[in-house]
Amino acid sequence: MIRRLSPPLIVFAILVYLFLLGPLVIVIGAALSDTTYLTFPPQGLSLRWFEKIFEMSAFRRTIVTSLQIAFASTTLALLIGIPAAYALNRYRIVLPSWLSTLFVLPVLVPEIVLGFSLLRSVQVGAGVPVLIALLLGHTLIVLPYCVRVISASLASFDFSIEEAAISLGSPPAKTFFTIVLPNVRSGVIAAFILAFITSINDVSVSLFLTGPGISTLPIQILAHVEQFFDPVVASVSVLLMLLTVAVMVVVERTLGLTFLAK
Amino acid sequence: MLKRFAGWTLSGPATFLVVLCLVLPVTATIAATFGSAKGPWALYQAFFESGFRQRVLWRTLEIALITTVVSVVIGFFTAYVVSRAPPRWRSVLIILAVFPLLTGVVVRSFAWLIVLGRNGIANNFFVWLGLEGAPYPMLYTQGSVIIAMIYLFVPLMVLTLVGVLENIPDDVIEAAASLGATQSAIFRQIIFPLAVPGLIVGAVLVFTGSFTSYATPQLLGGDRQMTMGTLLHQRAMVAFDWDGAATVAAIMVVVTLAIVLAMTRIARRLNPMAT
Repeated sequence: MIRRLSPPLIVFAILVYLFLLGPLVIVIGAALSDTTYLTFPPQGLSLRWFEKIFEMSAFRRTIVTSLQIAFASTTLALLIGIPAAYALNRYRIVLPSWLSTLFVLPVLVPEIVLGFSLLRSVQVGAGVPVLIALLLGHTLIVLPYCVRVISASLASFDFSIEEAAISLGSPPAKTFFTIVLPNVRSGVIAAFILAFITSINDVSVSLFLTGPGISTLPIQILAHVEQFFDPVVASVSVLLMLLTVAVMVVVERTLGLTFLAK
Repeated sequence: MLKRFAGWTLSGPATFLVVLCLVLPVTATIAATFGSAKGPWALYQAFFESGFRQRVLWRTLEIALITTVVSVVIGFFTAYVVSRAPPRWRSVLIILAVFPLLTGVVVRSFAWLIVLGRNGIANNFFVWLGLEGAPYPMLYTQGSVIIAMIYLFVPLMVLTLVGVLENIPDDVIEAAASLGATQSAIFRQIIFPLAVPGLIVGAVLVFTGSFTSYATPQLLGGDRQMTMGTLLHQRAMVAFDWDGAATVAAIMVVVTLAIVLAMTRIARRLNPMAT
């Protein structure tokens, strides 16, 4: 085992980590500041900018919309993604190879191009309501995570177990829910979390699909920052970071965090 | 026959969604760029004849290239340290890299607004140091966009490469060491070549990600440092020039796909572990 690292490398890595975490610490500091402008280190400690978020209807509304869209799109993506992942693994021989590539496309095509195209064809062209178009867009961008992560779990699943159950008289649908699904549970949880956080943080697709009165949190943050330079956005950012921490705790409990470093 | 039916039925809804909401709309956007009354290439001609738009394209390529090179270098050495760190530290370091990655693009770009602003921390520090000419205008420069982009992509690079570096079998390294290879020889002749395919995968992710980004150049570059992403948005939502926006979109797709295809080819050829 060679585990010795030269000191310059260690110093380098420490500096990189300071670079990675410093700005986030600064955001937290700025959010706690008692001033009306963004500053760091905070001058006077106060939580008033957190209260302010909920006093501002634009933030309140977009937080709700973002959570709704994230839940709905993730659920929808799982509902269509799990069967697709199952089919890709179980019936690989009879399905064309381009099918699995198709499900990667939402990652391959630039998100901003997808957003603009959805606006052109789906929202304006086909007259689909803003909220539905937004939901479809988010479902598309989170679908690859669902299909890929669940495919990966299914790849290590021994389908002969399923066949055994079926040959013993268990109906296929029941077999799926009692045998297959419990075996890929960790994959489903991971897919849900990755999809949820991707949807919550999305900018490029939502950018084009928000309409009058309907916006998502990241888009609202961008709009707010362009006009005001107050600590509200810093405190919203802290809320988002808390969500990230919550997500990481869930991942840690269910899968172990090293799961994410794959 | 039955299997084919089952396979298509189960993957049907997802296929339907991707075809209907991605393949068709994106194809329609690209097709629209050839539908100009002045001839199929007229819109592209207009794009490349406009000095401003050409500059936007070159600027975006430049930003993406610099971001990629710097992120790859920083990411590689950091990932090397993480992968060789004692197990306890390793997981802490991985958690600390995952955290920024899961925190949204908007939050992470906004953080740099506080750092680089006119009354930001960096400028306060420069003034305190008594540097001549401070505070400096740092926002809305290409440098600020690049710094924020590097910040955005380093965690991704580190996590991609930690996985790659950990997959290098310890026996290979031990064998080299027992045959008398020095630390630096092991690094140069074994670890680095084996990490090249991972470096390329990471580089592609960073390049395409920064080439097509919107939030970071919008917040830190504004109108002064317009990139392809912000230009696309400006054409579509401010100028309502949908043909112009579609042209930008088509160029983005072509560049992205070309890079992805070329680099996966190269990665496959360079993989020393390939059989």
